[in-house]
Amino acid sequence: MATSTTQSRAGRRLPDSPRTPRRVGFSQKLSRWDVKVSPYLYISPFFILFGLTGLFPLAYTAYVSVYDWHLLGGQGDFVGFENFAFVFQEPNFWKGLRNTFSIFLLSTIPQLMVAIVLAALLDANLRAKTFWRMGVLVPYVIAPVAVSLIFGKIFADQSGLANSILGTFGVEPIRWHGSVLPSHMAVATMVNFRWTGYNTLILLAAMQAVPRELYEAAVIDGATRLRQFFSITIPQIRPTLIFVVITSTIGGLQIFDEPRLFDQIGQGGPGRQWMTVTMYIYELGFGNQKSFGRAAAVAWVLFLIILAVGLLNFWLTQRIASDATPQARKSRRKKVKR
Amino acid sequence: MSAPSVPYIRQTAGARAARAASRSRGYGSDRRPGWVTYLLLAVSILVFVSPIYYAFLLASSDSATIAQNPIPSLIPDGNFLANAGKVLNADINFWKALTNSVIVAVVTSVSVVLFSTLAGFSFAKLNFRGRRGLLLFVIATTAVPTQLGIVPLFIVMAELGWLGKLVAVIVPGLVTAFGVFWMTQYLESALPYELIEAARVDGASMIRTFTSIALPAARPAAVMLGLFAFVGSWTNFFWPFIVLGSTNPTLPVALQLLQASYFKDLSLIMAGVVLSAIPLLVLFVVAGRQLVAGIMAGAVKG
Repeated sequence: MATSTTQSRAGRRLPDSPRTPRRVGFSQKLSRWDVKVSPYLYISPFFILFGLTGLFPLAYTAYVSVYDWHLLGGQGDFVGFENFAFVFQEPNFWKGLRNTFSIFLLSTIPQLMVAIVLAALLDANLRAKTFWRMGVLVPYVIAPVAVSLIFGKIFADQSGLANSILGTFGVEPIRWHGSVLPSHMAVATMVNFRWTGYNTLILLAAMQAVPRELYEAAVIDGATRLRQFFSITIPQIRPTLIFVVITSTIGGLQIFDEPRLFDQIGQGGPGRQWMTVTMYIYELGFGNQKSFGRAAAVAWVLFLIILAVGLLNFWLTQRIASDATPQARKSRRKKVKR
Repeated sequence: MSAPSVPYIRQTAGARAARAASRSRGYGSDRRPGWVTYLLLAVSILVFVSPIYYAFLLASSDSATIAQNPIPSLIPDGNFLANAGKVLNADINFWKALTNSVIVAVVTSVSVVLFSTLAGFSFAKLNFRGRRGLLLFVIATTAVPTQLGIVPLFIVMAELGWLGKLVAVIVPGLVTAFGVFWMTQYLESALPYELIEAARVDGASMIRTFTSIALPAARPAAVMLGLFAFVGSWTNFFWPFIVLGSTNPTLPVALQLLQASYFKDLSLIMAGVVLSAIPLLVLFVVAGRQLVAGIMAGAVKG
């Protein structure tokens, strides 16, 4: 079947082209077909698999969200926006949203600030470069589940490491699990622990690609290191900065593993002090309610929120990073064109 | 033939050396940084490593000692092997979880590397209608949080009868948009058109060109992508937790079960944590240099 397609395709093309009076051999036809079809063949595994497991479910979520749909009962009646109306009047949804944003901000902002400073330090002409670089990446290979078990013990309310150390300084024990803000800080610490080094290396990689001539010129002009950092490094690594901010946003707003395992029960504390939106999705769909429709509704809302925050971050990062000298801006424009 | 090529090599070698020299200089001077830089780095690495060491300290202790003294001594007790043995023989299928994690991580990372390199080669070096649009689409989808499609994905898995089976975890991990984007970026600059043309003139088919020209050229970036995919799949919790359940767990799911069933015996939980981390730590020590080099190579080229 493949051969007949080839022949008809090649046969149709041949008369059009005046410069091929010779009879074209079979292998040549095959080669032409090879050139035409191969690119599509090579990209198709990605598009097929990603379409089935990534895009289709996302679109289908919108469909499920307007039905009364249960884990056990399956698809029920069409209910329109009832699922959305239900979750919007649930206090737990709003609590989850508040917690998610609070944990997201407490983790992303310090994490990226530390990462960018660490990357700048690593960008210097260090001895034993690889050792330092590998050192910051060690936490990345520890699974979030393991991280949350470790930090769950460090931040235990009684006899936890953090409170014991604070106790030796005479500080009252902090209710890491009991109160809202301390629990958010504890969860954010776990996220920061795992991702700071990862982001550091990504940012360092971008810094390494900055042409050294720019720094040499700046030194000649008498710019201080701090000035070099803000006027050369930051604008030059802008695309990577945007990438890191966007991926941190997507990850941070979907946070599940760390808060879920912060205690044994996994509901985000007795007062849902640290329950995130993704935990709420899980609970709606697979927990007590087993309502896929409501879970899908929340998932869709969260998707829109992530999209909005992602775009806002994109805009912000662009503004922050373009706060630079005209030269830097010009060279950046060249880069974008490329 | 060899006569003109010698100065050419010398010239490029010289240029490369000059570039390397200027690159290794920090901020326009070849001065090595002062001790403050090293101190700050050392402190950060200490902060990064100490929670892991703390887990190991608890795993080498026993619950009675931990209860008595919340701040452990910095030298580990000798109970790690005993605790690890208990975890391996506990009724949470730790061995099975280990095997499952290895299977899932190996299959998905090999597949991600293979399919990403194939697609990357196509996007970076081959001409076809719709190339720009499709590539833009891939880049856009890296920003889509796929985790949010869990409800329909779960319904699909249930329809297929895959719940509780490893295939339910493997199939959604077979490709990543990031991987395709990454390989496209890398191959665009790392693979000269001349090489491809030479292979075509020699009569190589497309797939032959891919396996003997593109695949070797892609190696540094592929190693890094493979490691990232491996770590990503090894540490993934959310999706395996939803579809696998307690009978056929991966390591993170088994750890969660361990906490649920032994939450009073902290040294056992920590032994499980350490056990689950050892394979990746070993992999990281063996391949970490390549990983770090890969990140740098990708960025410099991209």
